[in-house]
Amino acid sequence: MTGSLETTQGATTVTAPDVSGNGTWDVEARGVWKSFGSVPVLRGLNLRIAAGQRAVIVGPNGSGKTTLLKILATLLRPSAGAARVAGFDIRSQASEVRRNVGVLCHQTYLYSELTCLENLLFYARMYGVVDPPQRSREMLRLVGLEAQTDTLVRSLSRGMQQRLSLARAIIHEPLVLLLDEPDTGLDQRWAGVLSDLVAERAAQGGTTLLTTHNLERSLDLADRVAVLNRGRIVFSARREDLDVGSFKEAYGRHTGAAA
Amino acid sequence: MWEALRKHTVAIPVPRLEGRLASFASQAMAVAAKDVRAELRTKEVASGTFIFALLVLVIFNFAFDLRTGDNRTLAGPGILWVSITLGAMMGLGHVFSKEREQGGIEGLLLCPVDRSAIYVGKFAAALLLTAAVELAILPLFALFTDLSVFLPPLLLTVVLGTIGFVAVGTLFSAMAVHIRTRELMLPLLLLPVAIPLIVAAIEGTRVGFEDKPWTDMLPWITILAAFDAVFLVLCPWLFQYVMEEMGS
Repeated sequence: MTGSLETTQGATTVTAPDVSGNGTWDVEARGVWKSFGSVPVLRGLNLRIAAGQRAVIVGPNGSGKTTLLKILATLLRPSAGAARVAGFDIRSQASEVRRNVGVLCHQTYLYSELTCLENLLFYARMYGVVDPPQRSREMLRLVGLEAQTDTLVRSLSRGMQQRLSLARAIIHEPLVLLLDEPDTGLDQRWAGVLSDLVAERAAQGGTTLLTTHNLERSLDLADRVAVLNRGRIVFSARREDLDVGSFKEAYGRHTGAAA
Repeated sequence: MWEALRKHTVAIPVPRLEGRLASFASQAMAVAAKDVRAELRTKEVASGTFIFALLVLVIFNFAFDLRTGDNRTLAGPGILWVSITLGAMMGLGHVFSKEREQGGIEGLLLCPVDRSAIYVGKFAAALLLTAAVELAILPLFALFTDLSVFLPPLLLTVVLGTIGFVAVGTLFSAMAVHIRTRELMLPLLLLPVAIPLIVAAIEGTRVGFEDKPWTDMLPWITILAAFDAVFLVLCPWLFQYVMEEMGS
C-alpha cells in the first residue's frame, strides 16, 4: 500500500461536520506540491488521517517532513494541490485551521526574556483561552515545570524548553497536533511522557501527525506509519502489521538508505 | 496526570463579531505587554536608542552654536527631529528582533489572530519606547539650546510626528525582518516615505520656537494629523499582507 496514509477506521471516529464542513478526515492533503525556487520538496503528496489517529511520518533528511507540517500548519503555502486540517481549507480558512492546530517544531517559539508563565500567558491570550492564568499553570504542571514558573526561558535547558514548547502547543486544546521531531532534547522519562500524552489525546479523539528520524520510536507512537522520500509518501502501513525488523527493511527498500 | 486535557472531538468555531472585537483588543495588548515586559527586563533597545539620540544632540551642539543668535531657531528644530528620528529608527529596527529568536515570527503566524492586532500591539510597544526616549531627550535639548519645548502646541507636534513615524516604521520593520541587510534596508525603506511627515514636524516645531501665535502652527499640526490618520489606517491593513508573505 503506497501513495497515501489513510485508515478504514475513519467512519468510527467522532468528527465535527457541523463546524468543519466535510467531516471525515482531520488531515487531508491532495496532490500537494511545494517548491523552493526551482527545487521541488513535495511532489504531489497525498495524505489522509482520520480523527483520533496517531500518524507518524519518517524519512531521511530533506525528504520534506518539516515542509509538509508547515504547510498543514499554514506556515507555508503549497505551490499546488489542496489540504484540509480539522475540516478547514488551509488556504481559504487559514485562521480556522490555526485555531484548531497545535504545532511543535525545531524552534520553540518561546521568548527568552520572559518567564515560563509569561510565555504561556502570552500564547493563551493570543489563542483566546478562557482563564489564561489557570490554564497556563495547568500546562506548567502537565509538563513538570511548576518549579520553573518564574524562571526566564533563557535559563532553561533545551529539554525543559522543549517541554514548555509542548505546553505552548497544546494550551488551546487543539484538535490536531503537528509534532516535528518532538523528542529533541527530551530525556527518556519525558519522551515516555510525550508518548502517553499523544496516546491520551488519541483516546479522547485528538489527532496527531508526528515526524521523526527514529524508526523504533515511530512504532512506539503510531497507529499508522508512513515513509516520506523525495517529497512523496512511498510506504504506509498500520502499526500492528509491522515489527521493527520489517519496518527497517521497508524503510531501506523505499529510501535506499540504511535505517 | 492528563486531567488538563479535554475531549478533542469538535473543531473550534470562529468567535462572533463582538467577541472578535474584544479578542482584537486583548491580543493587541498581549503583544504590546510582551514587548514592553521583555524590554523592561533587558533595557537593551531603550538604553541604546537614548545614547544614540543623545550623541546626535551633542555632536550638533558642537557643530552649531545653539545657545546664541538665530542658529537656535534655524537649526534647532532640524536637530531635534534628526535626533528623534535617528534614535527612533534604531529602536524600530528591533521591533521584530525578538521574534527572530526561536522562530517567534512563526509562533505569531500560528496564532489565530487578526494580523492587524499584532501590528497594533507592536506599534503600541514601539511608541511607548520612543516616547520614553523622547521624555529623556527633550529636557536635554532644552538645556543645550535654551529653547522650551514643553509648550502644549509644541508637545502636540512632537506627539503627532512621533506617532506617524513609528506607525510607518513598525510596518517597514516587519518588511525588513527577513532581509539579511535589514539594518541598511530599514532606513532606505522608511525615510523616503517618512520625509514629508518629518518636514511637517520640523516646520511646525520651527513656528513654535519662533514665539509666534500657536494658531500659526495649526496648518502643520493639521498636516501631521492627516499623515497620522493615513498611516494608522494603511499600515495595519498592509501589515496583514506583509505577514502573509512571511508564510509563502
